[in-house]
Amino acid sequence: MMTELMDKLKGEIITQLNLEDLKKEDISDDSPLFGDGLGLDSIDALELIVLLEKNYGIKIANPADGKKIFQTIRTMAEYIEANKK
Amino acid sequence: MNNYITAVCAIKNGKVMINDKVDFTNNAAGSDVDFLKSVYLHYQVSYPKFYKMDSLCKLAMVASELLIKTNKITERYKSEDIAIVIANSGSSLEVDTEHQKAISDKVNYFPSPAVFVYTLPNILIGEIAIRNKIKGENTFFIFDKFDAEFMSSYVNSLLNSNKEECCITGWVEFYDNNYEAFLITVEKNKEGNLNITNTKEELTKLYINQAQLAAS
Repeated sequence: MMTELMDKLKGEIITQLNLEDLKKEDISDDSPLFGDGLGLDSIDALELIVLLEKNYGIKIANPADGKKIFQTIRTMAEYIEANKK
Repeated sequence: MNNYITAVCAIKNGKVMINDKVDFTNNAAGSDVDFLKSVYLHYQVSYPKFYKMDSLCKLAMVASELLIKTNKITERYKSEDIAIVIANSGSSLEVDTEHQKAISDKVNYFPSPAVFVYTLPNILIGEIAIRNKIKGENTFFIFDKFDAEFMSSYVNSLLNSNKEECCITGWVEFYDNNYEAFLITVEKNKEGNLNITNTKEELTKLYINQAQLAAS
């Protein structure tokens, strides 16, 4: 279940963030999404917040939580599993 | 004091023209954005942020990339000595329209931050400046059509005031299936292959030449 969700998330992130150079297999489950990992920026962080709300109905009430939630694909998937409606 | 147009890059009608010659053609691209992607790939530009840009910035980015590669101004001048002065008629309407659609659906209301950040035309100057670490003066104008008299006079004034040594200038338009980039470098000295005096008459002639090449 978690593996499927992480795979789906990778596809959604590639599409939503226009990461045309990347394939799902280039994104590992536990690599950082920001900084040295995928190199995402602050606008990408906002897009990820929109993605969670649009695709999973999850609103992040406290923006400070984003740092933990968007650490890796796995942390995102765990948050979705725990909070999806 | 004379200043000189030292290089030109124009992109229009499925063609890339560098220094008055057609350098790349692709009439088989499915869309204008596909064409820009084919230019990006053909010239092996390596800048993944390209994919995140709106169409106007993609066009400006590849045109400036080829222009700068042609006469290497970023290697010859300090970053603060290069200005960027660009104009168009449609502003950022292409992406404005996309954003407007996203915010008009009150039920499915998910405006994209990545789209919103491009809803100003001068963002394209920012993208060129960031990519090439250019820190000189920059200005974006909106005109009905390319105004050679204003652009040549404005850039000459900028260089003659000794505020800048070189300027990337021209016209970048992308709206409603109509795209056109016409970028030149203007320098105080004859440093390039073209070395055309930057006057209204010469700039008009060069602009018309590019349009004719694109249509040929």
